Order: sequence, then structure tokens, then C-alpha cells
Amino acid sequence: MGDAPLRTTGAAIAIAVFCTLATFAFAFDFPALTGRVVDQANIMTPQSRADVETKLKDLEDKSSIQLVVATVKSLQGGDIETFANELFRFWKLGEAKKNNGVLFLVAPAEHKVRIEVGYGLEGTLTDALSSVIIQSAVLPRFKANDFSGGIERGVDGIISVLSGDTADWQRKIAVRQDDSSAFYTVFLAIVFFCVFIFVFSFMVRPSGRYVSRNGRTVFVPFPTSGWDGGSSSSGWGGSSGGGFDGGFSGGGGSSGGGGASGSW
Amino acid sequence: MKTIATRIRAVLAVIGIGLTLSACGYNTIPTLQEQAKARWSDVQNQYQRRADLIPNLVATVQGYAAQEKSVLTAVVEARAKATQVKVSVDDLTDPAKLKAFQDAQNQLSGALGRLLAVTENYPDLKSNANFLALQSQLEGTENRIAVARRDYIEAVRVYNTSLRTFPTVIWAKLFFTDAKPMAEFTANEGAEKPPVVKF
Repeated sequence: MGDAPLRTTGAAIAIAVFCTLATFAFAFDFPALTGRVVDQANIMTPQSRADVETKLKDLEDKSSIQLVVATVKSLQGGDIETFANELFRFWKLGEAKKNNGVLFLVAPAEHKVRIEVGYGLEGTLTDALSSVIIQSAVLPRFKANDFSGGIERGVDGIISVLSGDTADWQRKIAVRQDDSSAFYTVFLAIVFFCVFIFVFSFMVRPSGRYVSRNGRTVFVPFPTSGWDGGSSSSGWGGSSGGGFDGGFSGGGGSSGGGGASGSW
Repeated sequence: MKTIATRIRAVLAVIGIGLTLSACGYNTIPTLQEQAKARWSDVQNQYQRRADLIPNLVATVQGYAAQEKSVLTAVVEARAKATQVKVSVDDLTDPAKLKAFQDAQNQLSGALGRLLAVTENYPDLKSNANFLALQSQLEGTENRIAVARRDYIEAVRVYNTSLRTFPTVIWAKLFFTDAKPMAEFTANEGAEKPPVVKF
């Protein structure tokens, strides 16, 4: 009987872990986000791939905006709007709080191109401007089978539009919390969590010896968020410049279908 | 000594219960419900955005194609009707209200589609910069509507599933007896398609 509560605790934690595991299902089979240029369809020259990569890195260093160029072999039967939106969300481009990501997607097999704009940039890179970039800078070159040139011009166009927004241009340097205050926050959170569990357990099982000790019951509402991975991811990935492994990943941003498409 | 040991065990058990409760259900239903409601607000927002674009569009087209009066009037009337039908988040459990909303918006989609088809006959209009900008905005809005609808449908699916599946169904039966499944969008084929814009 001695270790029964221990076993209960273990089981509870196991169930808790099991229940918090969330599975995300996407309808498409997306390529991995291997860098700022994902040339799955292999339509760019190595030289222009490197050039574009440099421009995109430069943009992110200056403005924290994550612009990614992707070419795909196939849209897998979907339309480019749906495909681009789901790919954007799969890669989580842009910072989670700012949603400042842009996806420039080219599907040469379907002759479709799209600029998918994250929520946070819809006001700057509007649908109309995206459309103008596609119609005037990208499509004429795609029609001449100059994919590298079209993509480069498109990226230039997007960057120039995004750079025009001077208010957000100067990258805000995130204020880092020093270690001691971070520890203090975590400590407080743990204490608060324990207190909350105590109070709640009285509410669930009102008959018991703890009620008389406590005197009165205080209602503590559940925290609705903060325990899942969503909010904690904001600090990571958004800026990959100083990352540990030098890898590149999305920062948790999302898109609601802003941008424009074109076909040639 | 015995009391301390007992108390420690009780504390462990309570923490276990707390973890189970918060991870396995009590929060889930209200959270999912709020998420679905928020997604619905997005849907309405995007439809409103479309409605806001229409007066500009109509004014621009009128300048070039005033003789297409019936098509223009149909759009204006459909817009007026569509903006009157609102579904608040508390009415989401009522499929009839959702259907009325959807019907009104579909009518507007149809009228818009006809208007854009008519504009094909006016080369001057088609090369007007203002019209081109409006067109791309309209396209973007239709796409946002599609995304918002997809998100809403998914949020409702997850919420409705939580009301019927283990372990959340326990909480639904015990604490959230007033939580009802929300109505899904039932899109009839074709009407869901945004107006086709050709260049």
C-alpha cells in the first residue's frame, strides 16, 4: 500500500503526457524546410539560389521578416492557394507573435505562382501589391522559361515593398531576461501551480480533512493557455542567425490566405 | 512521522489528480469552444471585408459600363441582404441561422461572379489600374474567406468531436451539459467557388 499514491502519480503523469500529445495532420506531403530557398523542382541555377539566399538572410537580419522561396514538383492535386496556405502553416514562417512571414511558391508543373503573406504583413504587402509583383516582375520571365530571373525579380520586388515600411524596418532588439529572473519566474509558476492544484482538489473532493483546515474555498480559474508548446516557441527559430546549430526553421507564424497568385 | 508521510502521499496524489484534470479534459471543452467561436468571428470578418470592397468595385465598373444596370443592381441588392444576416457566436449551434447566413453570402458570390463576367466585355475597364487593384483585392478576400471557413470547419470538427469522445465526453456530461455541438458549414458545390477572374 505504501507506494500506491506513487503509482497513481506515475499513471496520472503518463495519462497527462499522452493526452497533451497533439497530432497535426496535413493533407499534402510537404518538402522539409531545409533553408530559405527550397528548390524541390530544381529550376534555379546554383548561382541564383545562393544570391537569393543571401538576400533573404539579409532581409531577416535587418527586419526579422522571414521570406522563404519554394519551388515544388507538384501541387498534389490541390489548388495553389490551399497548398501555399497549408505549406506556410506547416513551416510556420515568421515569428509567432508578429506572423511576419512570406512564402513565395512556384509550381512549374502546374504553371502557377503565389505570394502567400503572413497575417502580420498583410497591411504592407497587400494583395494588390503582391499581384503587381507577380504580373509585372515574375510572370514575363517565367513565360520565357527564365525561372531564376523571375524568382530573383520577384524576391527583389517583395523586399523593396517590405523595406518601404520604415516604421518596422529597424529591427527591435529583444530584451533578454537574465538567468536569475527567468529562474524566479519558473519558481513562481511552480509554486502557483501547486497552490492551484490544492485549491482545485478541495473543490473536487469537498469531504475531507483539508477543508476544515482551509476554512474557505477560493475559486482559481484554469489557465487557458501557457502549458502547451505554442506560446513557448515564440522565442525560437524566428531569428536563426545566432542559432546553435546554424539550422533554419520557422518561428511559429501563420497566414490567413493573404497575397496573390498568378499563372503563365 | 506518520502524519507527515501520509500528507506527502496525499500531496503527490493531489498533484497527480491535478495533472490528469488539466491535461485530460476539464480545460479542453471550453478552450475548443472559444477557439471555434473565434474562428467564426474570422469568417464573418472576411465576409465583411468583401462587403466593404463592393461599393468601390461597383462605382468603378459603373464608370465604364453604366448600361449593365441590372447586373450592378443585383450586386448592390445582394450585398445589402448579405450584410443584414449576422450570426452571433451564441447562435452557432443553430444550423438554420448558419444556413441563412450562407445562403445570403452565396447569393452575393453569384451576383459578383456575374458582374466580373460582364466586365470581360469592357477592355478599357479591364486595363483600369483601380479596377485591377480592386480585382486582386477581391481575389485575396475570396481566398481569405476560404481559409477562414476551412479553419472554422476544422475548429468545429475538433470541438464537436470532443463532446462525443473519451475522455472529454466525461467532462461534457458532468460539467458542460449546456455545451451543444456547433453547426458546420454545409457548402453546396459550385456556390462555394469564388468568382472566376480572368486576365
